[in-house]
Amino acid sequence: MSAAELPTRQEVEDFLYREAGLLDEWRLEEWLELLTEDAVYQVPPTDSPEGDARNTLFIIADDAVRIRSRVKQLLGKFAWAENPHSRTRRMIANVRVLGADGEEILVTANFAVYRMRYESVDTYIGHYNYKLVRGSDGLRIKERRAILDNEALRPHGKISFIL
Amino acid sequence: MDSAAELFVIDDQDAGIFRVNRRAFTDAECLERERRHVFDRCWIYAGHESEVPHAGDFQSRNVAGRPMILARGDDRIVRVLLNTCTHRGSLVCRQKSGNAKSFQCPYHAWTYNSRGQLIGVPGEDSYSPAFKREEFALAQPAQVDNYRGFIFVCFDPSADTLYDYLAGAKEYLDLVADQSELGMRVVAGVQAYSARANWKLLVENSYDGYHGLPTHQRYFGFLSDIGVEMRGNNLGAPRHQQTVDLGNGHAVLEYQSAWGRPIAHWVPSFGEHRKAHFEELRRRFDERFGAERSRRICETSRNLGVFPNLVINDIMAITIRTFFPLAPDYMEVNAWALAPMDESAEDSALRLDNFLTFLGPGGFATPDDVEMLESCQRGFANREVAWSDISRGMKRERPSVTDELQMRAFWRRWNQLMTEPQAARARKAA
Repeated sequence: MSAAELPTRQEVEDFLYREAGLLDEWRLEEWLELLTEDAVYQVPPTDSPEGDARNTLFIIADDAVRIRSRVKQLLGKFAWAENPHSRTRRMIANVRVLGADGEEILVTANFAVYRMRYESVDTYIGHYNYKLVRGSDGLRIKERRAILDNEALRPHGKISFIL
Repeated sequence: MDSAAELFVIDDQDAGIFRVNRRAFTDAECLERERRHVFDRCWIYAGHESEVPHAGDFQSRNVAGRPMILARGDDRIVRVLLNTCTHRGSLVCRQKSGNAKSFQCPYHAWTYNSRGQLIGVPGEDSYSPAFKREEFALAQPAQVDNYRGFIFVCFDPSADTLYDYLAGAKEYLDLVADQSELGMRVVAGVQAYSARANWKLLVENSYDGYHGLPTHQRYFGFLSDIGVEMRGNNLGAPRHQQTVDLGNGHAVLEYQSAWGRPIAHWVPSFGEHRKAHFEELRRRFDERFGAERSRRICETSRNLGVFPNLVINDIMAITIRTFFPLAPDYMEVNAWALAPMDESAEDSALRLDNFLTFLGPGGFATPDDVEMLESCQRGFANREVAWSDISRGMKRERPSVTDELQMRAFWRRWNQLMTEPQAARARKAA
């Protein structure tokens, strides 16, 4: 992919903001439409942010089947940690289009995600590494890795929503 | 508190009544007493020898509220060193893990070797002749011992040996340790999380068979979606099941489960291409241990609680989970995955995949467990409702895995330690 074919930062920002809005509004079925068929979603452990899910115990390492199941569970009534749904608010910043690897567009962005529940606020801080591809109707997510700067999930205790 | 301590547990075996006073989960004085009567006297899990495989390897971590260093010395002996300079107190190791020939205190540069001996004191000639380096080695817990790779510490010099302390739990640690001829290893990556709940709620939850279906319906839905056969084979009606009081407060659930087990129990969701390989793994277990023990190792799942705060759940993968209270309503939790040393990269990847479906703070089950514990803790604010009921299956001749025998085993031991006067303890030691 030549530099001219890379999406502009503004196009990527618009895409990431739209994604953040869908997640904050719990429009998870629509969020799934932003993913490729084979998309993966990962959260590495806080002590091995560069780890590989094949040999390191992650917090989340969803393949396409598990992402879809996760969404189905979160929209059902038995995902107790998210029933009732928590409120979340995502701040996406420092978006950079790093380049391309074949068809994959490499993007990074910082995040601060606030989760509100039972009148306490938990803050998840870190950055995303995305691999995006350009489909017939716009950008799609092929890989989405949320890398936490938090040194532990404390006092959060869990990642029960889509980070 | 001494007189009130008698009232934490009501245990009427004739009537089949077992109740725990909810102040055991909320009272700050109770936690203070637990620190002295439980955590300072029991054997506490500190780590696994595979976490420091080479001479000079170290891991620093909190164990029972104390910063410690799990260190393999240049003599290859694994030690547990208390992470505080014997001079004026600073941490001498401030890295999470690594390999080091020595630990140098950053404050005044006292230096200790990998065995914890003091080897360097700047300006040592300013000290009097009474100053002896050998009296200033890094301190170690009163007792440290290793059972099949699991390293425990104990701060009570008069406590029973680890071997005796573990009692019946050894049989179940063996069923895990026997899964490899080369030994087991802790996989890279710690799941470091917490819960806004009392630590004993996590003890109860970790081997609570009763909560499986209502709390984890979403997980069983997921299994069903990926084609795992659930009929007559789930936590609600497990086959080959037993609940055992292992002595000294330890207990276990053992049952045949619906999920596949990466050790050698194939299910269709693992893929047809792996079936023959798993059958071969199983055949090797049959050869090593005979059909019955092999079936137990490969097919049955186990939720083991080692008193007071170690959980080893050998279920769809193996997790080591340990936790410690920072407040009556808050605990820190650390969880690791354990795998055979000689497992292939492909099998190991499958194991971690299987682990994450259920376990951990982003899995399809653990977040809901944490939610339930936190929900109980919030409910306890209703002090008018003073007792929790833990009597399920109490009058049954052979309690099932959905009964609460395992929790009663924990609470009886806990109550015994908490109500034993310090004076009696000192006499016994003398």
